[in-house]
Amino acid sequence: MQLDSKIPTGPIEQAWERAKFDMKLVNPANKRKFNIIVVGSGLAGGSAAASLGELGYNVKCFCFQDSPRRAHSIAAQGGINAAKNYQNDGDSIYRLFYDTVKGGDFRAREYNVYRLAQVSVNIIDQCVAQGVPFAREYGGALANRSFGGAQVSRTFYARGQTGQQLLLGAYQALEAQVDSGRVKMITRTEMLDLVIVNGRARGIVTRDLVTGKIETHAADAVVLATGGYGNVFYLSTNAKGSNCTAIWRAHKRGAAFANPCFTQIHPTCIPVSGEYQSKLTLMSESLRNDGRIWVPKQAGDKRSPRDIPEAERDYYLERRYPSFGNLVPRDVASRAAKAVCDEGRGVGETGLGVYLDFAESIQRLGRHAIEERYGNLFEMYNRITGEDPYTVPMRIYPAIHYTMGGLWVDYQLMSTIPGMFVLGEANFSDHGANRLGASALMQGLSDGYFVIPYTLGNYLASTKLEKVDTSAPEFAAAVAEVNDRVSRLLSIKGNRTVASFHRELGKIIWDYCGMARNAEGLTKAIGRVQELREEFWKNLNVPGSGEDMNQQLEGAGRVADFLELGELMCRDALQRKESCGGHFREEYQTEEGEALRDDENYQYAAAWEYAGENAEPILHKEPLEFHYVHPAQRSYK
Amino acid sequence: MRLTLHVWRQASASKPGRMERYDAPDVNEDMSFLEMLDVLNEKLIAEHKEPIAFEHDCREGICGSCGFMINGMAHGPQRGTTVCQLHMRHFKDGDVLYLEPWRATAFPVLKDLVVDRGAFDRIVASGGYVSVRTGSAPDGNAIPVPKESADRAMDAAACIACGACVAACPNASAALFTGAKISHLSHLPQGQAERSRRALRMVRQLSIEEFGSCTNIGECEAACPKSIRLEVIATMNRDHLKASFATRGESQSAAGE
Ligand SMILES: Cc1cc2nc3c(=O)[nH]c(=O)nc-3n(C[C@H](O)[C@H](O)[C@H](O)COP(=O)(O)OP(=O)(O)OC[C@H]3O[C@@H](n4cnc5c(N)ncnc54)[C@H](O)[C@@H]3O)c2cc1C
Ligand code: FES
Repeated sequence: MQLDSKIPTGPIEQAWERAKFDMKLVNPANKRKFNIIVVGSGLAGGSAAASLGELGYNVKCFCFQDSPRRAHSIAAQGGINAAKNYQNDGDSIYRLFYDTVKGGDFRAREYNVYRLAQVSVNIIDQCVAQGVPFAREYGGALANRSFGGAQVSRTFYARGQTGQQLLLGAYQALEAQVDSGRVKMITRTEMLDLVIVNGRARGIVTRDLVTGKIETHAADAVVLATGGYGNVFYLSTNAKGSNCTAIWRAHKRGAAFANPCFTQIHPTCIPVSGEYQSKLTLMSESLRNDGRIWVPKQAGDKRSPRDIPEAERDYYLERRYPSFGNLVPRDVASRAAKAVCDEGRGVGETGLGVYLDFAESIQRLGRHAIEERYGNLFEMYNRITGEDPYTVPMRIYPAIHYTMGGLWVDYQLMSTIPGMFVLGEANFSDHGANRLGASALMQGLSDGYFVIPYTLGNYLASTKLEKVDTSAPEFAAAVAEVNDRVSRLLSIKGNRTVASFHRELGKIIWDYCGMARNAEGLTKAIGRVQELREEFWKNLNVPGSGEDMNQQLEGAGRVADFLELGELMCRDALQRKESCGGHFREEYQTEEGEALRDDENYQYAAAWEYAGENAEPILHKEPLEFHYVHPAQRSYK
Repeated sequence: MRLTLHVWRQASASKPGRMERYDAPDVNEDMSFLEMLDVLNEKLIAEHKEPIAFEHDCREGICGSCGFMINGMAHGPQRGTTVCQLHMRHFKDGDVLYLEPWRATAFPVLKDLVVDRGAFDRIVASGGYVSVRTGSAPDGNAIPVPKESADRAMDAAACIACGACVAACPNASAALFTGAKISHLSHLPQGQAERSRRALRMVRQLSIEEFGSCTNIGECEAACPKSIRLEVIATMNRDHLKASFATRGESQSAAGE
């Protein structure tokens, strides 16, 4: 396997312009002759399908929900970054670029990140024009807020529903193309395999989730925008249906999987309350603008928070990181919370929680101002916990939230399989080892609206593609494999449910490949995941048949893939003998307990090649170069 | 607490359905309603029975996937709450609950509590957007939008398309859903150019999809988990009326296109 990242050379400021100029174009009249498959209708897939349809390509777009508008992107709360400098507070494209490279702990490609920062400004313009109701100031100008890891106010938002509004913008653009006939939207359908003909991605195999029918679709190129794999942890802030199946199937067909161990733990989620818990709920990071995080100074202090006097509270983020305070990046805030809980100073019944307190802001700004900013989040917190955050501090704890790892792509967003592109959270992205808040929405829309329309055209115009339809033998072979797998899952008829396996897998990964990792634990986890996988294929119980809607069967297929990906994550974490961003190896830390990178040996993206069942995957390294932002230990003190 | 559930079971769209009774013996008050169903389903699977199919994804009240009737109320008894955000502390030991799918001609049942809401997508496709080619937009601050307008647009845009409004309406009208989208875009300068076309086409699609007509009963507003206000229907009616007058004389279909 060859990794050719196709990174442009020359000054970074003009690199994307130059790359665009060098790209081949498809003649407008020829575009409709090309069939494009887009799997996923979230911010990345929805914006891509809409833009490609608009250009005149013949697009088929897939999602597993009943409507493209329900993709997981809908749940994003806090906001989207853009280097507009509307606040005149010193922001610039260069600063957003710099913050993102540094925030990612120097494990992302500079040229990709620069492009992302550049197009961020176009994204806001595009979304405003679509009618996205961003928050406004009284004068009618767009409003901004601050997010972690930045000292400027560059985050655009629509109350606490930014993802919803951005996705509805993309969804509406997509539906307009559906109406015009250029995009065919296929809902309640899951991609179960990728079809490769003559070394190129030429189609997919899907299952209709209502009728159970296995179908094939041929195309000239395949775009995957199927989101992240955070649900490998079972409990996460992702939607219940989020899964790794599409990217994992593609990985097994030859797409390299990069940095699988780079996962993000979000510091502010509602703590777990019981065994039955099915998912975790995020409380937007934007709350850290006005909320102060603290725990009691004394371990085991069980007094109610309001009875603990100021002098006996430890505002540990403000103490440890005076210049960023409560707004340090996510990985730093999460680890700090874990540290105080490990010391026995955690709060709530389980001791796995810290306070996020709004008392001071309410006193300073008034309840109304806080209600304006966070009303819906406070309501959601109240609904879930039964407590009122206006009078009692919130209890929060870190939870898995986002995956920086994903399929390896080059600068053109093409994977190691020619003709297969990967967008949004599904690719290994521009966030290195840690993503800054409000940058995932930016990346998804950048990939979908502003990058793929160029790079896909370039591929089509510069490649000679023979005619392929679903009668090619490769399609029949892939269908046979899919059918075989479905009937295997149904025929085990063992004693354990899908959820019970998923929960156990999640616990292994959380304990050993979560907020803190070490060689011993990771080695143990690999063994345990292998054992669990073996048991899964012997003792799983999936009721019903494959011929109609069967939610347990859908879940079983997804968990089967998580059971394989989980092992790869541990292997990746084991080989990376350094700490960086969200990847914290206990063996490698500074005296103050901060992440200790090893640039000499690990300044690369780890791209794994699938080597077959029960064979060890092969590690390829893409060295990273830094010409603009010089690697230094991240400091938020 | 212990609950008794009567749940609508229907194998597929073409098969008949019926209510079945289930016992939910150990319900914890901190569970969400869907977690209570998860636990029941785990029990059913262990007994080699088919679990109850219901739709869900985000479980945060934002994706609009979930929704069914609980004792005749869309999303259950708590106002402004989707069923995934409804917690069991709002029920008490011994309660008997009847769970049924949304009922509307335009929303055929697919299985158990799952219905087909594809009609909503087709309504949006008929005109619920602003046409703007990717990359051709002016600077975001080029057109100021008064905060008041942006806020009102956002109020309407908060709709999650769950379908509760349709299920709660005795006429099975989708006026609240459609009015919300029309209202969102009508409050913004960006939505003006296509305002008439949008109203004409979306309202026409409403009847093509066999939703009932709105007779101002107001049940939809009470059932809406996002508290979308009835005034969006007034905006829709006003826009539609104005557009109909403006295009009077032209042929109906031309006006519709
Ligand atoms: C609670 C929460 C809050 C967040 N808040 C923010 C925020 O404020 N700012 C920010 O920048 N980021 C935020 N994020 C992160 C951000 O929302 C996501 O990274 C981003 O939306 C992912 O978009 P996507 O288009 O890549 O994938 P998704 O939105 O996950 O879309 C995936 C799509 O793929 C489809 N799909 C998946 N698998 C298959 C398959 N096998 N077959 C067919 N279709 C398939 C799905 O149906 C769906 O349409 C948040 C994330 C969470 C969990
Ligand atoms: S599951 Fe998303 S709104 Fe209820």
